[in-house]
Amino acid sequence: MMNESTWKTLLSRHLSQLLLIAALAGLMLYLSAASPFFWQWENLRNIADQSALMMILGVGMTLVIIAGGIDLSVGAIAALSGIIMALLLKSGTNSTAALTAGLVVGVLAGLSTGGLISRMRLNPFIVTLAMMSVIRGVALILSQGMPVYNFPAEVTWLGKGFAAGLPVPLWLALAVVLAGVLVLNTTRFGQYVQAIGGNEEALHRSGVQVRLYKTAIYALSGFCAALAGIIVAARLNTAEPTAGWMFELEAIAAVILGGTSMKGGVGSVAGTVIACLLLGVLRNGLTILSIHSYYQQLLIGLIILFAVVSSEIREGIS
Amino acid sequence: MNDEIESRIDQTAVKLFGIHKSFASVAALRGIDLSINYGQILALVGDNGAGKSTLIKILTGVHAPDRGIIEIEGKSYLRLNPALALNKGISAVYQDLALVDCLDVAGNLFLGREPTRGPFIDKKQMRSRSQELLQRLQLAIPSVTTPVKVLSGGQRQGIAIARTVNMGGKTIVFDEPTAAMGVKETKKVLETICKLRDQNHAIIVVSHNLHQVFAISDRVCVLQHGRIIGDLLVGQTSPEHIVRLMTGVEGAVADDE
Repeated sequence: MMNESTWKTLLSRHLSQLLLIAALAGLMLYLSAASPFFWQWENLRNIADQSALMMILGVGMTLVIIAGGIDLSVGAIAALSGIIMALLLKSGTNSTAALTAGLVVGVLAGLSTGGLISRMRLNPFIVTLAMMSVIRGVALILSQGMPVYNFPAEVTWLGKGFAAGLPVPLWLALAVVLAGVLVLNTTRFGQYVQAIGGNEEALHRSGVQVRLYKTAIYALSGFCAALAGIIVAARLNTAEPTAGWMFELEAIAAVILGGTSMKGGVGSVAGTVIACLLLGVLRNGLTILSIHSYYQQLLIGLIILFAVVSSEIREGIS
Repeated sequence: MNDEIESRIDQTAVKLFGIHKSFASVAALRGIDLSINYGQILALVGDNGAGKSTLIKILTGVHAPDRGIIEIEGKSYLRLNPALALNKGISAVYQDLALVDCLDVAGNLFLGREPTRGPFIDKKQMRSRSQELLQRLQLAIPSVTTPVKVLSGGQRQGIAIARTVNMGGKTIVFDEPTAAMGVKETKKVLETICKLRDQNHAIIVVSHNLHQVFAISDRVCVLQHGRIIGDLLVGQTSPEHIVRLMTGVEGAVADDE
């Protein structure tokens, strides 16, 4: 059915993903040889939990970056959503309402960020940088800087429970990933996300309400961040105003490493997912090999640099 | 469809009355009266800054006029927006700005009007309709799933034109349609434009190339300092005459309104 040239296009289109999978396989082989702990159930669960969070954040960030933007506020949104949910639970609100409120707060934060960026044509980097500080500030003020803990069982289940043999966060991540893939590749919304990143002016001139779509993209990113924040709080049974520290950096790292172009227009959720797994395994490997967390910080930064440079080279070639 | 086309013959597509537009304190348009007809290629010429691009942006709803009326098929509007202009069949083929490089040919042809089935884009329908459209306009494009970034300048312009037609464009504005194109590609694009005229679209061409203007147009409008200082049928004028108007040697007549 497929001739040679089809294979070649497929190969070149997915080259970066294939390289990532190869790197992931190589890393796993190395770790299974280097550490007896790697394949242990408890360790795999750690990787799954870590990667699940990053995938949820990564899907939102993929859409934002494909649309030519960036969202530095996701870590702060994660913290605020966790705090809102926790404070409502403390005040006796039922779990469903508290969870919903946490998610709604994330969406509202995204809507205001997106609104500022699209209505006033502001630079997303500066707006989300400022929003990061605003939102983190609100989380600190509301919680008086103190952690809020002790949630009902149905809430902590979201962070440490199991369903059909897999951790609940992983199921949630899979749902978000699936939704992200479908939205990006099969809907008008997805088509416009790519078009905004590729040529916003052309889309505008086609009569599409670009501002609405742009705002919605940040709202989705806010939703993903809120979900991640709720999962973190649920897992630790504690909402901290300082939660989600550096989430934005890790999410951006995964997206760029996954082959999405910083210039916008081109990218894939699948690439981000593989990159999340790779980063999750890498971080875990550093931990089980007892390498100090200071080095992890250094490494994440180096990986982002590497990803940006190689993406620049890749675009130069094609 | 054919009945509709027949009924448009020699009808006025768009009429402008007393259009004024300023940016800050700079007056870009100072009272434009113009009628645009179906089945006619109208060339808009004038020096840089004469107001050509402001005029076509008002027509396509990108800018709102400060004063004046836009009449489309007998209905009056004080201002348009891009969606309304498109809806009324007015659309522009801009150089370079028209296409989204990262999307494929079909995605570009249907940008903003993707056929859907439920919540999803009906890609199958989108691709087969794209194929038909390209054949109808006799555009040679390798495949409707090719990303447009790999196409040549002429092919890209062909796609931009095809998209305009696909969006229901009846009044089609071309801004320097053959800029930076080779001789062969230019010829092909001009043929496509004439084909649209023969199918009774109203065509407006903004061009600096008077040779080209005289080769394809039916009517030439000369703009200067935001006013129309000449509105002539091609048979009644010559490139030399137009140049004299553009450079201001003639045309002071129109300045004393």
